[in-house]
Amino acid sequence: MLSEELVDLSRLQFAITAMYHFLFVPLTIGMTWILVIMESAYVMTGKTIYKDMTRFWGKLFGINFALGVTTGITMEFQFGTNWAYYSHYVGDIFGAPLAIEGLMAFFLESTFIGLFFFGWDRLSRKQHLLVTILMAVGTNLSALWILIANGWMQNPVGAEFSYVTMRMEMVDFWAVLFNPDAQAKFVHTVSAGYVTGAMFVLSISAFYLLRGRNVDFARKSFRIAAAFGFASICSVIVLGDESGYTVGEAQQTKLAAMEAMWETEPAPAGFNIIAIPNEAEMKNDFAIEIPWVMGIIGTRSLDKQIPGIKEIREKNRERILSGQIAVGALEKLRKNPADAETKALFEQHVADLGFGLLLKKYVVDVGTATPEIIEKAVADTIPRVAPLFWTFRLMVAFGFLMLALFGAALWYSVKGNFAEKRWLLHSALWMLPIPWISCELGWFVAEYGRQPWTIYGVLPTHMSVSTLSVGNLYGSLAGFIGFYTLLLVVEMYLMVRFAKQGPGSLGTGRYDNETAHAHA
Amino acid sequence: MIFDYPTLKLIWWLLVGVLLVGFAIMDGHDMGVGTLLPFVGKDDVERRVVINTVGPHWDGNQVWFITGGGAIFAAWPLVYATAFSGFYWAMLAVLWALFFRPVGFDYRSKIANPTWRNTWDWGLFVGGAVPPLIFGVAFGNLFQGVPFSFADNLMSTYTGSFWALLNPFALLCGVVSTAMITFHGAVYLMHRTEGAIQRRTQVAMLAFGSLLLATFSVAGIWLWQGIDGFAIVSAVDPAALPNPLDKEVIRQPGAWLANYGKYPLTMALPALAYAGTAAAMLLAVNGATLAAFVASSLAIVGVIGTAGVSLFPFIMPSSTDLRASLTVWDSVSSHLTLNIMLWATLIFMPIIIAYTGWAYKVMAGKVTAAYIRENDHAAY
Repeated sequence: MLSEELVDLSRLQFAITAMYHFLFVPLTIGMTWILVIMESAYVMTGKTIYKDMTRFWGKLFGINFALGVTTGITMEFQFGTNWAYYSHYVGDIFGAPLAIEGLMAFFLESTFIGLFFFGWDRLSRKQHLLVTILMAVGTNLSALWILIANGWMQNPVGAEFSYVTMRMEMVDFWAVLFNPDAQAKFVHTVSAGYVTGAMFVLSISAFYLLRGRNVDFARKSFRIAAAFGFASICSVIVLGDESGYTVGEAQQTKLAAMEAMWETEPAPAGFNIIAIPNEAEMKNDFAIEIPWVMGIIGTRSLDKQIPGIKEIREKNRERILSGQIAVGALEKLRKNPADAETKALFEQHVADLGFGLLLKKYVVDVGTATPEIIEKAVADTIPRVAPLFWTFRLMVAFGFLMLALFGAALWYSVKGNFAEKRWLLHSALWMLPIPWISCELGWFVAEYGRQPWTIYGVLPTHMSVSTLSVGNLYGSLAGFIGFYTLLLVVEMYLMVRFAKQGPGSLGTGRYDNETAHAHA
Repeated sequence: MIFDYPTLKLIWWLLVGVLLVGFAIMDGHDMGVGTLLPFVGKDDVERRVVINTVGPHWDGNQVWFITGGGAIFAAWPLVYATAFSGFYWAMLAVLWALFFRPVGFDYRSKIANPTWRNTWDWGLFVGGAVPPLIFGVAFGNLFQGVPFSFADNLMSTYTGSFWALLNPFALLCGVVSTAMITFHGAVYLMHRTEGAIQRRTQVAMLAFGSLLLATFSVAGIWLWQGIDGFAIVSAVDPAALPNPLDKEVIRQPGAWLANYGKYPLTMALPALAYAGTAAAMLLAVNGATLAAFVASSLAIVGVIGTAGVSLFPFIMPSSTDLRASLTVWDSVSSHLTLNIMLWATLIFMPIIIAYTGWAYKVMAGKVTAAYIRENDHAAY
């Protein structure tokens, strides 16, 4: 049995490195399209200011992108270094989208990012625009493949367990590809990236306007960000609702925990705006509920029920008992593959194999699990309610706050007097961190809500780790924290410095705060 | 079209080889340039010239590494799992060394302070020198077997330490690998520079080329005389569903050279390593730097090909539980996954090569001090 400390440290390291990586990814995803919009304006109008906009925002984009690349490599290494059993157990399915991501998307993005920065004088205007578009396409395709992999962890379709190879194997690639969870996640996540890019440009442009610097440059940037941001935040909210629907089908547990819905209510269920969940007694000490809303979001109907936590636990108890038989049969089958009777028994229970593996957290031989252990495993199948309940609500609240900001920004952009609305500019500036916080909250809801599984219903988290010593984990965790802190300090220093200086850093002689040309 | 399982297993051994060779040729020359940077560039402008020879391309080239890792994950999941977790600290050292590259390239020129720039130069050196060294050391350990075993559910456990990896033969392989990559980077740098930088790089090119020839030879003799190879003695069914515990393996003196006797054509690979290196040195000195780059790329095919053929069919032998050794037959993905990945590779690889070639064509020509001065704000 693997020590709980090892499992917790492995999770902590993955969470830290993934959330850190995700500080840079959304901005990259969003900025690529904003750069495409700005450069298209340059190619269509021939006005130099649009080229300067592409180059200046591109410069900030580059500072961010460098850390996105740096921290992305960690993610690819880490499945192997720290989640070895996971890699073996599901690599047959999970590895393919990661490899295809490299072939189809990351090569495209990374090759053309070089030409984006270095090709201005060597390419025609249209050629350079094509380069920028290909870079954006590559970035977004990259997100698609990563989320196909991630979607499969939430909803493992198109695969079967093989007792000979002792792992999950792909049986239907198209099912993995068109996994509804993956598709909904993709649109929701890239839209969140677009919002992040838009907020970045909006806030920094507002900063210039408040200071009265680079006014024309800032006005044009603000308008683009307002329009792009408004469209994107609408997409995030509408498609977030779409992910709510698919979770409803594939992962009712996450939904119930996120909603602190202990009982199965008569359809359509109500939505708890605020509640104080009480895990021990499995009830809410206090709740304000809007009737019907949850049922409609979760099932797209008025008559289908959404199971509450207590009902899900009962179902899971059945599945754990059946899984217990599956694990026992599998262990016999591994020793004697010719045993037809055991094979038949195994095949009868194989769908619950993952639930049986939950018992491995407590006993080596799952056949000896006592009723108390089975109760513990049943309790494990529900992630902790309070953290999910609150992070989800905070994310949604931030979403609507940003909708209000981008709505106002777009309204006054159309009217043309946004630059005089100092309250709007101040709000835009102060709300700069909101999309990053929302993205991290969304990541938390999606991944913490999947616990106790790495692959929902298939492989428990506690079995997925590498058999390393706890000392190794403390060492590597210290290394990551050290490197990442240092990198963040350097990145923020450069980002703030160049954002404050503004387009003057291009050294064109057309803007405030010019850098002297001989700055080398 | 769908190939049968044994053929696909073999194709994937070749394809992983192609990806590793592609990584060594493309990302390798960037890394070699990084290793040489603090030595061949004497002032800031010279160093910027050196960096900008790879500036527009390093990021795309690094994807060979990422895709190689992804392909091993998808095609040989058990190898990915066992090697990455077993070589834990070595992998983290590679990873942390690679951290210096994106930020080194992108952040260095953003501030004119000499200490700032000098720090990133050494960062780029670390990012260029450490990964090839460690990959060489890892290969050196594969030949000696790695201490890992599997539980009944195929959960792997590694019982060695990081320091045990640093044994003499493995360190020699590390030198072979670093010499090869630095040599290759030097040839590339000669192609893209002129004047004093080119002259200094030529000295390094000749030194690392000679070092490569010498250490490659010593490693070969050592492998033949001093290290017991691995051999499968039970019947192999290449069509079987992969199960690494279902075979019998022994250790045997000279077994690592057995394939050259069985398939004499494979001797072309070590020959190519020698011929490619010698030809690249000769061509580069005579100014035919592009042809020299092709020759040093062929030398890389020769060196990595030699390592691969010597190990075949083993990928990662186990020194503690011989039968658990991972081979091309029993550590692979399912038939369907191998087939899908083959098609993905066949479709996208030519496209990647085409646009990478275009990117090099757009940026072709010598990088000069005048270019750096004209592009002070845009160049690295």
